[in-house]
Amino acid sequence: MGARFLGMLQMGGQLVFLLWDVLRCLVRYPIRFNLLVKQIDFIGSKSVPVVIITGSFIGAVFAAQCEFQFRDLGMSSAVGPVVAIAMCRELGPVLCALMIAGRVGSAMAAELATMKITEQIDALRALAVYPTEYLIVPRFLAMLISMPILVGLAIICGVGAGYYVAVHVLEVPGVYYWNNTEKFTHDKDIWIGVVKGFFFGLIILLVGCNKGLQSSEGAEGVGLATTESVVDSFIIVLIANFFFTFLLNAIL
Amino acid sequence: MTETFNGPLVRLVEVEKKLGRQKVLKGVNLEIRQGERMVIIGRSGGGKSVLLKHIIALMQPDSGEVWFRDHNLAGLTEEQLVPIRKETGMLFQNGALFDSLSVGENVAFPLREKGGISEAEIKAEVERALNIVDLPKQEHKWPSELSGGMRKRVALARAAIAKPALMLYDEPTSGLDPVVADSINKLMVRLGDELNMTSVIVTHDMVSAREVGDRIAMLHEGRIYCVDVPKVVLESEDPIVKRFVNGISDASDAVF
Repeated sequence: MGARFLGMLQMGGQLVFLLWDVLRCLVRYPIRFNLLVKQIDFIGSKSVPVVIITGSFIGAVFAAQCEFQFRDLGMSSAVGPVVAIAMCRELGPVLCALMIAGRVGSAMAAELATMKITEQIDALRALAVYPTEYLIVPRFLAMLISMPILVGLAIICGVGAGYYVAVHVLEVPGVYYWNNTEKFTHDKDIWIGVVKGFFFGLIILLVGCNKGLQSSEGAEGVGLATTESVVDSFIIVLIANFFFTFLLNAIL
Repeated sequence: MTETFNGPLVRLVEVEKKLGRQKVLKGVNLEIRQGERMVIIGRSGGGKSVLLKHIIALMQPDSGEVWFRDHNLAGLTEEQLVPIRKETGMLFQNGALFDSLSVGENVAFPLREKGGISEAEIKAEVERALNIVDLPKQEHKWPSELSGGMRKRVALARAAIAKPALMLYDEPTSGLDPVVADSINKLMVRLGDELNMTSVIVTHDMVSAREVGDRIAMLHEGRIYCVDVPKVVLESEDPIVKRFVNGISDASDAVF
């Protein structure tokens, strides 16, 4: 128990240090645009299909479940704003973050851990390149650029799919559905989602990169770094989400 | 850097290093002169690679000093080491090529980092370097498509392309067939002679040690046991040196 607590404390310290190191490098070194583009392609573009699928089906199933319950109350057209607000504030950013942690965070941890055990990171250092600047900064920027956009995409897909299921499958009157959606969804709801996405991206990036850089030797180390990066990002994202909800609700 | 510096290029003073619970280096003292090829021999797992990594501060000593020209590297930060490492090159045991870059990009990496060199010049330099290591026209291959020996030769091209003042080789000939190993040995000698590179070569290949070394240092139980010209070390009557050089184990006669 004590050891576990110390481990958490140690990881917290490592994450803060990594963030500080990245910010320092951002100021000191020119940005490597070719690497940034490569990472945006990997983190952003290549995640679009999974994010579309995740967002759409969550929106669709959520709309259906809401409609089943609201139908008896004669409030079917209230499904629209419920789905939209839930997608914006919670489901969009959180599920998108889980998807990206699984797809991108784990890949980063595995890649960096492999580079570490095959001495590629030492080779970078031996070639007079600071590893944080070359390896982490492009991933950092790419993640912070991609994540809010991906969250926005998840929200749009979720709301669209919810509309389709409610109106075309469950026959809720479309005009009322959409009017209510527009009336009760505000800019604030969208901002909360996008800001959450930004911070979740930061968490996934720091945890994934840190696990990779700190991995122990051997194939076992790579596997452990990969799984731990996913589990730890999930936990930190879900806990942070709770606090962000209150914080952002108060300040936005 | 000071052009007029006349002392040894590298000087290790009482370097100690603990890895986990084991003390790998127990006070290493070693001087490497400008332009010489120093071969470090010793048992596997005896800390030879660890020692090599201390020379360009990929590892920091627990105590002791590591001098490169007139800089003490012990205690410098990664960023303070960047200008110093621009003058050094290292060949890693398994090559350590960047998987995300093609062979050509790997070899061009030090030149691109240096900056101020046109793409046409880089292309020509890379072609020349790959020819020297006998891998012509392999620029577009990926590291994963190469055999172990080929990777090592690409890595050698990458390490040497910027013509560093100091080259470190971590077991350059291990895992290679005798013919390729011989070509690597000749290359190390030529790099030293023609470009006046100082080299430190960690190996347990005695053929290589004899052919390449100007001096041989033997690392034994965390200390430099002896340093001398190859002839003296390889024909030494000292029991520890003799046993190592001739490859006689002290295993018992028992079998499973």
